[in-house]
Amino acid sequence: MARVSYETNKQQEKTPMPELDPGARAKCFDEVACGYSAEDAINEARRCIQCPKAPCMDGCPVGVPIPQFIEQVAHGNFAEAYALVKDANALPAICGRVCPQETQCEGVCTRSRKGEPVGIGRLERFVADWAMENGVASDSADAAQQPEKDLVGKRVAIVGSGPASLTCAGELAKRGCAVRVFEALHKAGGVLTYGIPEFRLPKDLVESEVSQLAEQGVEFEMNALVGKLYSIDELMDERGFDAVFVGTGAGLPSYLGIEGEGFNGVMTANELLTRVNLMKGYLFPDYDTPVYAGKKCVVSGGGNVAMDAARTALRLGAEVHVVYRRSMEEMPARAEEIHHAQEEGVIFDLLCNPVRVIGNEDGWVTGVECIRMELGEPDASGRRRPVPVEGSEYVIDADMMVIAIGSKTNPLIAQTTPGLEVTSRNLVIADEETGATSKPGVFAGGDTVIGAATVILAMGAGKRAAAGIAQYLLEK
Amino acid sequence: MYPIEQVEQLNAEVTRMVVRAPEIAKKIKPGQFIMLRIDEHGERIPLTMNETDPDAGTVTIVFQAVGATTIHLATLRAGDSLLDFAGPFGNPTELEGVKRACVIGGGLGTAIAYPQAKWLHDQGCEVDVITGFRNKDLILFEDELAACSSWHMVMTDDGSNGNKGVVTAPLQERIESGANYDLVLAVGPVIMMKFVALTTKPHGIKTLVSMNPIMIDGTGMCGGCRVKVGDEYKHACVDGPDFDGHLVDFDDAMHRGVMYRDFEAAARDAAKGKYASEARDCDAAAAASSEQKEA
Repeated sequence: MARVSYETNKQQEKTPMPELDPGARAKCFDEVACGYSAEDAINEARRCIQCPKAPCMDGCPVGVPIPQFIEQVAHGNFAEAYALVKDANALPAICGRVCPQETQCEGVCTRSRKGEPVGIGRLERFVADWAMENGVASDSADAAQQPEKDLVGKRVAIVGSGPASLTCAGELAKRGCAVRVFEALHKAGGVLTYGIPEFRLPKDLVESEVSQLAEQGVEFEMNALVGKLYSIDELMDERGFDAVFVGTGAGLPSYLGIEGEGFNGVMTANELLTRVNLMKGYLFPDYDTPVYAGKKCVVSGGGNVAMDAARTALRLGAEVHVVYRRSMEEMPARAEEIHHAQEEGVIFDLLCNPVRVIGNEDGWVTGVECIRMELGEPDASGRRRPVPVEGSEYVIDADMMVIAIGSKTNPLIAQTTPGLEVTSRNLVIADEETGATSKPGVFAGGDTVIGAATVILAMGAGKRAAAGIAQYLLEK
Repeated sequence: MYPIEQVEQLNAEVTRMVVRAPEIAKKIKPGQFIMLRIDEHGERIPLTMNETDPDAGTVTIVFQAVGATTIHLATLRAGDSLLDFAGPFGNPTELEGVKRACVIGGGLGTAIAYPQAKWLHDQGCEVDVITGFRNKDLILFEDELAACSSWHMVMTDDGSNGNKGVVTAPLQERIESGANYDLVLAVGPVIMMKFVALTTKPHGIKTLVSMNPIMIDGTGMCGGCRVKVGDEYKHACVDGPDFDGHLVDFDDAMHRGVMYRDFEAAARDAAKGKYASEARDCDAAAAASSEQKEA
């Protein structure tokens, strides 16, 4: 019997994903990648050769049964494909868009030995979008698992509502727990809502994933900053929660620590993105929160957040220069994001680093002094260390600057939770497999444990912690 | 939704609003703030607490209708609701162990200084209070502050209440006549707090100022509220909002405070037009309905 139940597509390249024209999209916040049609999806699915080892699955932090769902897509059985994906991955429409597939499932795809890997992310997105459009989303999720009677009535508090928390909440709700999510802001989603821009991850999609969880019985309490409004001890001792999951992410911005960072027009990527994504500043004055945009903007940093900030500033009308101290090769942002940014007209000033922000008498930024860098010996990260070239300072005229050099963990939970062990950087110390912390009944996962990383790693941690919490509740 | 239980116009510009928020009411302390959003299109604005009643489950805020959001807020009535009301944010003012304090409020800052003066007074601290306003019609919390202070002086810029001058003049006098403060607390316009800090510095009196910079999330995330304190930037939302007045770079704070001035002015003008015309519509509707009744 043939291993593959469909005729494989020998095409070396991925089936192209329709995208908005770079010139047009650089002026609006509409989603850049438009998604596959059913025909595209079947065509792409048929590029999967159903290799027996399926290395793609090892590359997936949440263990999506990739060959199986692709096989269903190849046959046009989209509902079946969706059920398979959704059972393993609580947020497929999101992962299909923002996962770094090139370093995970697609990075190890057998097809990539010769030609491009199967577009697994694009297929995941197609399946999730199809389910949403056809209203099968919540039905299959409910059917996926029966509640476990020993977990029914167990109460779990989830602190934060980002990807780790949403995944953990969904898993525990499926198994029968009474789950309540506490979110400090007025909207759920964490970084999915305040951080990742509309043009990469439409917010109605995040809302739809959140409302699916609500339909599954997960309760959401907004405007509840745990550590101030309630402490974790209060949640457990006074409000009767049997376990707590801490998924508070890495929300504190880092600064360059250079002269002039306080000038007006200089902001963190978090500020720019929060104004635009959470508060819809790009729709001012229809929405009340304004967002400043200069004519020429320097973005400092080379990660995905820097790309998001650069492309956001561009859409607000600025000429944007990304200033990064290493070369393109070392840039931590996804290749696709860099490519999209370049297409839209973002300018990359590589191998240079800001050393001083220059401002005028009124306190506004007028330029950024940078120094050229060259690459020396590899450092602890294995990347070649950038070394300043003496005397190579130059000034980029700019009336806007965005600092996007990473983020740190908010110390609030650590400060207000006796018995919770954290590292010197305020990262919560948690068991990698179960998410258990030093405090009985308290679990943690995602950026709050490992520092700023990706949505999917946070989701993987949320999923493992859900299993850890269920185990703890069953043994308790 | 957070129901508004009571609204009172304190003067032509300032409104007092009592909001139902039982969990926050249990927790919030003098110096801490809430962030509110009126509706789905609204911005998040920080307002430092004026009063809390844990038994009634209410938090009182006092605000001045100076921007688009506060102009809108001032049109709301008891029975209306706020979409979002979150807190407590920031740290409570460090008032423990203070024996002799001078609490200074400038304009709207008086509404925030009041719970601090009251708390100190209730703890047995001897409290002097100095407040300052543009003119006598804008004076706030005069009786309340008189009740929780051993000495109270109200200054006006135009002298319309008989005491012309700025708050630092009586402060200087009190210090020189041996008041022996172990804490001076100033809440008000940045320029006022700057001069209070300059007045107390030569005497080495611990001086706390309550900073109210531009803020978006209020949870430490965006960095919009950074205030230069000594050599470093601190986030008013999580490290403050109170800081050592002798270390705050007030000039930097003043620059940062006007970053969104042009946007704010445009939004304010639009809000004035919008809510003035809505008020007219309401008046017209009320007139029409009373006419109908009469008929």
